[in-house]
Amino acid sequence: MNRPAPWPLTSLRLLVLVAGALVMVTPFLYLLSISFTEQSYVLTMPPQLIPDPPTLANYTKALTVQDVPRYFANSLYVACVSTLLALVLSSMMAYAFARFRFPGRELLFRVLLVGLMIPAVMLLIPQFILTKYLGLLDSHLGLIVFYVAGSLAINTFLLRGFFESIPAELDEAMQMDGGNAWTRYWRLAIPLARPGLATATIFTFFSAWDEFAWALTILNSPELRTLPIAIRLFAGSGNNAVQWGLVFAASAIAVVPVIIVFLVFQRHFVQGLTAGAVKG
Amino acid sequence: MRNHPPSPEFREPAPAVASRASGRAWIRRGSATPHLFLLPGFALFALAILYPIAQAFRMSFYDWKIVGSATSEFLGLENYLRALGDDKFWVAFGNTAFYAVATIVPQIVLGLAVALLLHGRAPARPLFRVLYYLPVVTSWVVVSLVFRFLFADQGLINYLLGEVAHVTDGQTSWLADRWTGMIAISALGIWKGVGWSMMIFLAALQGVPAALMEAAMIDGAGPWQRFRAVTLPAIRAALGFVTIMLVIGGFNVFISVYLMTAGGPAGRTEVLLTYMYNQAFGNLDFGYGSAIAVIVTLIVLALSLIQLRMFRNPDGGYVE
Repeated sequence: MNRPAPWPLTSLRLLVLVAGALVMVTPFLYLLSISFTEQSYVLTMPPQLIPDPPTLANYTKALTVQDVPRYFANSLYVACVSTLLALVLSSMMAYAFARFRFPGRELLFRVLLVGLMIPAVMLLIPQFILTKYLGLLDSHLGLIVFYVAGSLAINTFLLRGFFESIPAELDEAMQMDGGNAWTRYWRLAIPLARPGLATATIFTFFSAWDEFAWALTILNSPELRTLPIAIRLFAGSGNNAVQWGLVFAASAIAVVPVIIVFLVFQRHFVQGLTAGAVKG
Repeated sequence: MRNHPPSPEFREPAPAVASRASGRAWIRRGSATPHLFLLPGFALFALAILYPIAQAFRMSFYDWKIVGSATSEFLGLENYLRALGDDKFWVAFGNTAFYAVATIVPQIVLGLAVALLLHGRAPARPLFRVLYYLPVVTSWVVVSLVFRFLFADQGLINYLLGEVAHVTDGQTSWLADRWTGMIAISALGIWKGVGWSMMIFLAALQGVPAALMEAAMIDGAGPWQRFRAVTLPAIRAALGFVTIMLVIGGFNVFISVYLMTAGGPAGRTEVLLTYMYNQAFGNLDFGYGSAIAVIVTLIVLALSLIQLRMFRNPDGGYVE
């Protein structure tokens, strides 16, 4: 694999990759373009990729009249709290699975893996009834509880791998020095598993940030809406009356932070995926 | 990841126990500790995931009443029999199967193709990786709306097919018909998922033994032979993982349908989970909705088990 390929092959390869990348990126460029386009120009033929004339009206409207800042704050709050709780709970579980041998260990881990196999949407109905019973319908807490629960299995699975890769000698040495299990977890395992925790953080945060079906099911009050719910309501259901400029301005506000975080931390994305997939 | 020395807890530090006369019983602490670590997380998991799983099965046998005063009536298998005789259920089933088949194969083939193109000394490799992965990290709600817009009557797709490529008359009402609607929804599924399978395959390709590849080259094996004989066996585990995850994802299709066509026109693009959702939260028929959810789950589990068997390494382990 070390000798360079002949140049026509390399350029053909490049050509195919560029064509594919164009297909991948065009919808994003189009989204941005429409978000800067006035409503009356939105569905013109031929479609314009560069808005003419460009306008900030959609963003102004999203940020002032349409309450997008509030929805943004709601999403941020729900995603932050969910991520924090999910990481604490799942890293504790992962540590137990990685560093202790106890009766039922394999069984419990398998039960947890069931959580990976069951489609989240399948549980909407019983979870809705449970939430109603707990009095958590139409509340952010109702979102958080189930976002945390839903991410436990995958995070525990991921972090267990990272904890297991920490040399056991370190654990042993710390135990000699009188460090109890909690100290070893908090002072040793957690700091050394930072890359894994970063991955888990990003994944958990984004899945809460983007979650739609559950929020759609339990939220009712306009002031509690998260961004995906608000964006969906902007888009309505018919095609003609939709204010696409507004929809995509709000979408850009929701998506751009995610893309920036992804670009900055992409190393963690790759690591997490690899750990989760290939080393299963 | 499995060959590290056993962790300290595995060898009970017996001398330490003996020397601690202060009453801090090491062994007992040692045996309770893992459970304390597990307790908070597992309690939540049991309440919010395991209990609802059991409950979903139970509800599917009832005409479930959500109002506190009304009593739910036990129906036995009636909800399931109802599904079998329900034309709309079968439309939704057919659409889901169509979506699964139409998205899984291209995601594997294209994902693997891109990974192979990027593997090794591809120019600007990190840039391409990011661009292909971008759809994966983007919210389903947002991309579903973008695709609804792209496939609108006066959208970009019609323009490209009609005015640029002259393949169609450019007047297709994609989202107003069953199969064109499903094609549009599947196109979104493929576009959004290719980057994910690419990433898994890229990671797996790192594990292809370089020496074996070198040897195959020296023996004069062509690219296709090398792929069949060296690469494919080495990425077998990843291939199995990707397929299983895509099957689960395929039968889970929900948001894109809900937002692109809302199952319309007249339920013709409904998939199993949108149908379930409408039965439960539209008609408040929670028992019937639960039965559909159970059916979807059983299909997914059965397919996953079959694939687990198919992709299991002949040696019984995983290729790493």
